[in-house]
Amino acid sequence: MATAVLDTGERETYLNREYGIKAWLLTVDHKRIALLYLMGITFFFFIGGFFALLIRLELLTPAGDLVQADTYNKLFTMHGQIMVFFFLIPAVPAVLGNFLIPIMIGAKDLAFPRINLLSWYLYMIGGVLMLYTILAGGVDTGWTFYTPLSTEFLKTNVTTAALAVFISGFSSILTGLNFIVTTHRMRAPGMTWNRLPLFVWAHYATSIIQVLGTPVVAIAIVLVALERLFHLGIFNPSLGGDPLLFQHLFWFYSHPAVYIMILPGMGIISEIVCCFSRKRVFGYKAMAIALLGIAVVGFLVWAHHMFVAGISLYAALIFSFLSYFVAVPSAIKVFNWTSTMYKGSISYQTPMLYAFGFIGLFTIGGLTGLFLACLGVDVHVTDTYFVVAHFHYIMVGGMVMAYLGGMHFWWPKISGRMYPEGWGRLAALLVFVGFNLTFFPQFVLGYMGMPRRYWDYAHMPEFQVLNVLSTAGATILAVGYLLPMVYFLWSMRYGTPAPDNPWNAAGLEWTIPSPPTTYNFEEQPVVTWEAYNYDEIDQHREGVPVAH
Amino acid sequence: MHTSPPATVEAEAHENPALLHHFATEEQQRNAASLGMWVFLITEIMFFGGMFCAYLVYRYSYFGDFAAASSSLDLKWGTINTIVLIGSSLTVAMAVRCAQVGKLKAIVGFLIATIVLGVAFLGIKGIEYKQKFDENHVPGLAGFHLEGHVPRHADIPVNQQHAQIYFSLYFAMTGMHALHMIIGVGLFAYLTWKAYKGRYGPGYYTPLENGGLYWHFVDIVWIYLFPLLYLIDRHR
Repeated sequence: MATAVLDTGERETYLNREYGIKAWLLTVDHKRIALLYLMGITFFFFIGGFFALLIRLELLTPAGDLVQADTYNKLFTMHGQIMVFFFLIPAVPAVLGNFLIPIMIGAKDLAFPRINLLSWYLYMIGGVLMLYTILAGGVDTGWTFYTPLSTEFLKTNVTTAALAVFISGFSSILTGLNFIVTTHRMRAPGMTWNRLPLFVWAHYATSIIQVLGTPVVAIAIVLVALERLFHLGIFNPSLGGDPLLFQHLFWFYSHPAVYIMILPGMGIISEIVCCFSRKRVFGYKAMAIALLGIAVVGFLVWAHHMFVAGISLYAALIFSFLSYFVAVPSAIKVFNWTSTMYKGSISYQTPMLYAFGFIGLFTIGGLTGLFLACLGVDVHVTDTYFVVAHFHYIMVGGMVMAYLGGMHFWWPKISGRMYPEGWGRLAALLVFVGFNLTFFPQFVLGYMGMPRRYWDYAHMPEFQVLNVLSTAGATILAVGYLLPMVYFLWSMRYGTPAPDNPWNAAGLEWTIPSPPTTYNFEEQPVVTWEAYNYDEIDQHREGVPVAH
Repeated sequence: MHTSPPATVEAEAHENPALLHHFATEEQQRNAASLGMWVFLITEIMFFGGMFCAYLVYRYSYFGDFAAASSSLDLKWGTINTIVLIGSSLTVAMAVRCAQVGKLKAIVGFLIATIVLGVAFLGIKGIEYKQKFDENHVPGLAGFHLEGHVPRHADIPVNQQHAQIYFSLYFAMTGMHALHMIIGVGLFAYLTWKAYKGRYGPGYYTPLENGGLYWHFVDIVWIYLFPLLYLIDRHR
């Protein structure tokens, strides 16, 4: 914060260039579209979170007293569908990726600005349909839409929920397509593939998954809807269909979708760790290849969700091996972040606290994933809280941590204001403590045998202590999530105006004003340096001439 | 990589109104549009791929019933439609070629020919669907019944459930294909209008080229659908 403070009241930025509803709803500026996404995503995050709180409240006591069993089924279904399809998948790419990728590669916008706006509208149409589904009585298939439960037995709003997911899927496809073309075609002179920030590499890998995977779940969901509407038997065993085929098609997307959620987070963490360790990333090429490796191998592990569903033992063995194998590139990332910090001059600002949280929690989530890749252990803990805890360590402990870290890191650039650092650190601490208190007991519960998706455990009252801990943690977590929303909004009006580069960070986004102008760059930037050249930056800052 | 110096950026930005603000050069814009189209077609391959996967699984499991159901399709109309569609791919290719060499009037003619052939395909598909309704071969309806026996096994009657799965996939796959055709016809109506206005020529024909790529893709899907759906075990 040493650099001079800019008077944001005078300068034209992307925020104050035009006012009014139309200037926002018809904008093709990637930065404004990112903010449109931010609003939608925040809204759905709190809706999904609200369902989660109701779930935790129900499980506070062994008896099923707060809600009925049917209501509970709807709560966890809608919690899952909203969080997966309307928060986790779009959150980082559509908000931070949208805002930052063109700037990071020195472009004025994404390759297809109007398609970018279209994907926001598709997301919102899907979201409105999801809200309609909720208000019209909800849906209780579980987020996975398993057949024939979803096609023959349930009388709830399965079709509208399916349609909502289908439409938002196209939003995801178009975002991925836009990022791929942008990364290939829009890079500034000198911004070679070897100089791309890992954030961009991460989104490139994510986009490949979005483009290859999402259409498959789209057609699977179309077939479910057709089966339901016209009483077909494509996935219905009583009509000659094969429910396992649906699971294969579903998980062919939905397992790689886990990597859609976590890879952008890894990109964020790479940026933050380098900046707050003042060091070049350890093993840049290995980091980029690991991202692509996760994207590729991640496509070959889907049937580990089906070990107990009746697939052949040979298939299970191969998928088990490949699931272990995907841990290799993931481990490379964790080791390289740690090595980046080694002998770095680390500072403990809010984004870095989230990065610490991410690395630890992602490691726990990843290692427990190895338990589940192991066939014998998986049979024991399938459909227990062990699985729930495992994927929440990746999704919430990993991805949401990274998202919040990224929001804090780039908030000065996005809003032109600093958030209050003290509150930021407090919220990061609350999120970390609340998260672990919520989900660590669930590992134990699952290992003891508590099944997921049950609304009461009256026959197992000994599970109550751990469930109470978990619910208590969830309330702390809720406070931790509400705080940033409050102080981000507060900072937009009362925050200290942000300098261009508050963290002395590397990357093109820090060379332009905060907040940027509509076309990002006054002149076409020409890149002559490697990514994360913190040694050069710090030598510059200390007035020492840069040694080449 | 884009190594063009910034100086030409400003110059070109004023020359061509089709050059959007965020591209440095026309070449960059054309390459972006082309790559975007190819990536989109990859998503389409994955989309249809899910149905082809389901088809293969069930064809493997229920081969005899699939063969019997396939034989009930009208080979004559299917063949005519294949020729119609390949013909329409030719006219699209001609339209793009005419744009490249500057025969602006011929673009409109070839695009209209494409639309006519596309609509003809859809009409014939409609006739075939009508036949299936008349013959009670529509899955999910109460009266579904497919007469006959498994080929070369006169003693094994057709399993009605498995035949229904064949027809479910038949309608899903050809229906999704027809939907893409309808979108394509709408797209070409728009392109024809623009071509009539003289929008495309040797200097700028990216939308035509991309529309053509889409049409060829839809065509190729049919090239696979036709033998897989119509020609199962027909050599008896």
